Amino acid sequence: MNDPVVPAPALSLFRATSFTRKKIRVQKAAGILFGAMACALLVPLLALVVYLVVNAWPALTWEFLTDVPQGGMRRGGIWPALIGTLYLVVFSRLFSTPVGVLAGVYLNEYAKDNWLTRVVNLAVVNLAGVPSIVHALFGVGAFVIFAGLGKSVLAASLTLAIMTLPVMIVATREALAAVPMAFRVACWNLGASRWQTIRTIVLPNSIGGILTGVILEVCRAAGETAPIMFTGAIFFKAVERWDFFPYSPREQCMALSYHLHAISTQVPGVPEPMLYATAVVLLGFVLAFNSLAIVVRFRMRQRKKW
Amino acid sequence: MGGALKQTLQTLRRIASGLSERTIVALIHLCGISAIVFVFGIFFFVFREGSPFLRDIFDFRSFFLSEEWHPTSVVNRRYGILALLAGTGSVTVMAMLVAIPFGLGTAVFLSQFCGRRTREALKIMVELLAAVPSVVWGFIGLMVMNPLIVRLTGAPIGLNVLNAGIVVGLMSAPIIVSIAEDAIRAVPDTYVEAAEALGATRWQLVYRVVLPAAKSGLLAAVLLGVGRAVGETMAVLMATGHSIHIPFTAEAPFFHPLESVRTLTATIAAELGEAPRLDTGPGGIFPVEARHYQSLFVIGMALFAITFLISVTADLIVKGIRRKA
Amino acid sequence: MRTMPNGSNRTARWVAPGRVRTRAAPLVLLVLATALTVGLAAAGCGGKPRAQAAKKFVIANGGSDTMVNLAQMWSEEYHKVNPNVSIEVAGGGSGVGIRDLIQGIVAIANCSRDMTEAEKAQARKNTGKDPVEWVVGYDGIAIYAHKDSPVEQLTIEELAGIYGEGGKIANWSQLGVNLKAADGSDKIVRVSRQNSSGTYAYFRENVLDKKDFKLGSKDMSGSKDVVELVSRTKCAIGYSGMGYATEGVKMIKLAAKNGDEGCVPSVENVAVGKYPLSRSLLLYTLGRPEGDVKAYLEWALSPAGQKIVKEAGYIPISAVPKNIEI
Repeated sequence: MNDPVVPAPALSLFRATSFTRKKIRVQKAAGILFGAMACALLVPLLALVVYLVVNAWPALTWEFLTDVPQGGMRRGGIWPALIGTLYLVVFSRLFSTPVGVLAGVYLNEYAKDNWLTRVVNLAVVNLAGVPSIVHALFGVGAFVIFAGLGKSVLAASLTLAIMTLPVMIVATREALAAVPMAFRVACWNLGASRWQTIRTIVLPNSIGGILTGVILEVCRAAGETAPIMFTGAIFFKAVERWDFFPYSPREQCMALSYHLHAISTQVPGVPEPMLYATAVVLLGFVLAFNSLAIVVRFRMRQRKKW
Repeated sequence: MGGALKQTLQTLRRIASGLSERTIVALIHLCGISAIVFVFGIFFFVFREGSPFLRDIFDFRSFFLSEEWHPTSVVNRRYGILALLAGTGSVTVMAMLVAIPFGLGTAVFLSQFCGRRTREALKIMVELLAAVPSVVWGFIGLMVMNPLIVRLTGAPIGLNVLNAGIVVGLMSAPIIVSIAEDAIRAVPDTYVEAAEALGATRWQLVYRVVLPAAKSGLLAAVLLGVGRAVGETMAVLMATGHSIHIPFTAEAPFFHPLESVRTLTATIAAELGEAPRLDTGPGGIFPVEARHYQSLFVIGMALFAITFLISVTADLIVKGIRRKA
Repeated sequence: MRTMPNGSNRTARWVAPGRVRTRAAPLVLLVLATALTVGLAAAGCGGKPRAQAAKKFVIANGGSDTMVNLAQMWSEEYHKVNPNVSIEVAGGGSGVGIRDLIQGIVAIANCSRDMTEAEKAQARKNTGKDPVEWVVGYDGIAIYAHKDSPVEQLTIEELAGIYGEGGKIANWSQLGVNLKAADGSDKIVRVSRQNSSGTYAYFRENVLDKKDFKLGSKDMSGSKDVVELVSRTKCAIGYSGMGYATEGVKMIKLAAKNGDEGCVPSVENVAVGKYPLSRSLLLYTLGRPEGDVKAYLEWALSPAGQKIVKEAGYIPISAVPKNIEI
């Protein structure tokens, strides 16, 4: 892709004129400029990760992950926040994965090309564009107040679920669309119904894409702060170390993202390495899951037989 | 263990085939339209909480055209969001100054100037950049950028439009990159081949053929980037300085990047937690203390409307391309 | 020959539509299985705490940002004293604490201001119980400046001029202070709190005489945020609870009237009522508490609980003589 359009000396017949040389110089300059722009966008990412990790290093220990906050959150670890984030992720997945997959199935397999489908697609696009704080308002209005769930793990998870739903729908739809039509036709010709075809042929062949969607949703749900601030995140709860079930679904829970916000704006005298370490754990969690999604995608692409 | 798993799978399989097809298909249709239900749900519930404000005291001029935001005052409650709109606007403009050139430049580089391996690697990096949670960006704005900006510019305070703009720009660049790259790839190969046959260099190809052909897709990418920037919450809450202030004047019509502002989203995030949602009093009238809570939902409606418009426009543009192609 | 879509390359044979067998079939079930296991796990999550709840009592406690750290430290200590009681601490602000108390979401509201009559009436209407107030300590609202700031003393009137709507003081030179940022501007960087916090309301009532704040201040959403920002900004001034002091900031002496000698909030100055911006830290409960809540409150007021008030940087009730009203 990079070879110059006029390969220089090999074809002496087409000797580069000064005009051509200028053209090629401009092309090279453009390539370098755009490459520099790409780097300029990505260097901050690397720089930040390195900066955060270096600053967090003294506090990044196994103890930090598994201990409860101590000494007015100035010592100890982040165990309850870590577990709280897992709670929110699991509960929100519970709702949004099935709904998202089925909605993707509908859009790709059942929907006809009519106004309803167009409206559904528009709604998906819109849902993805709604700011997270508006999702928070919705969560407060619908789940906390209207449904009477109060501020709780459930209300927060449902809010997160609806926020991450479009990711799931789009991922499923695209994964299904990648399955060749011939597979379905072959199956129908064997006498299978539409749902049987989907269940036995289409879904199994698109499981990789769907899985990627699920993992990306996990990232998004773990990282968001605004939607859970008013629907179920809490400043502190006294729990035991290694307690895997410290919250019930109707109680509020601590969460990593909110914890980072709380200790960087509200708790006095938190040592800086602890602040950075909390940021690093959150970032690490999200980036690790994202990398997992990338790996899954690559593996699936390699295994594809068509 | 393996046996148990197999047994579970078998049971599950029985359950799955036992579910009647009709139920499942109905369920699929139900989930299919769920997105519509949720979008309406969001509008409905935000409207429901904010409607008493709209009904009783909303006034277009004093809401949108006044910068006086004193929703908890004891002497004179005022609800003017002009300064918040200006804050959102200036942070978005600043963010786009960062995100548009770098986002589009990266998209061009990815699609035209680099090999397959480089492209794959860079795309993964862009994806990871998009995954950084917004509260981490806010933390970076607060802890890293703030002292940096003070040192470099000599400004009294580093939490300002510049800080938030850079942070939000980096957050919305990935979406611009990925959509712009798709748009560039959608340019028909015949265009590219024709240009190459005429002896165009890659730069000429990009500049004269690809970019013009992909321009509406690029516009859609930029629009979605704007949507992301407008809706960003935690990062701007922590990095703008959260100050009700219009960062431009009649003498200097362009915003001043070193001044602190406050955005619509950050206002909701900072104040919703403490705004009391009170019931109506005996006469069916809300006490004045409840207006603050309601006004925040009205801001939410405004935000919903803005992002709705942006999404629909971007979608129409993308649809337009598909129809042409 | 290409593999059949169903993964087998045996000769295709007719299979009854109801039992399309494929090697990939388990995969689809995997989705269901994940959903189900996650569901079971969640049910487990749901079930276990209920079982524990029988012996574990949860006291929800929410409100003032000023007190959130005190409440958190209490919660942490009390969990050691009585492991069967787990105390949830939420911040959000005094207003939120009271709102949640009225709605029965929390058992105890932390409050750095008095409940208003409207709030009390609503509580009576909603729950039929009278809110009961408990003074658990005292706080002085300190005026903070950067540690290298030359500002030494201010009066309440000057503060009102800096913060209040229509106040004329915008530059440090107007106060006779030579303090400039690197770019030469000597504008006062006002750091304040978001408009629904108890500290904000207290400041408005006692410094600004109930008038509004001048717009354009940096309205931080946490008490620590204020101190943190002041410690990073040379030209800044901010107000926050005395418990939030760090090494990067200094407290400015505050005088009630021009010509008075100012003082900083310290245990002595607040205790004798000399510091002009002192307030009580309150807990509210609905009616007289019983059982675990009562035990917790008694513990908080006991020497063990009051020791933590001191550790959190506030003033324990015992330090203040009975005849002095704060």
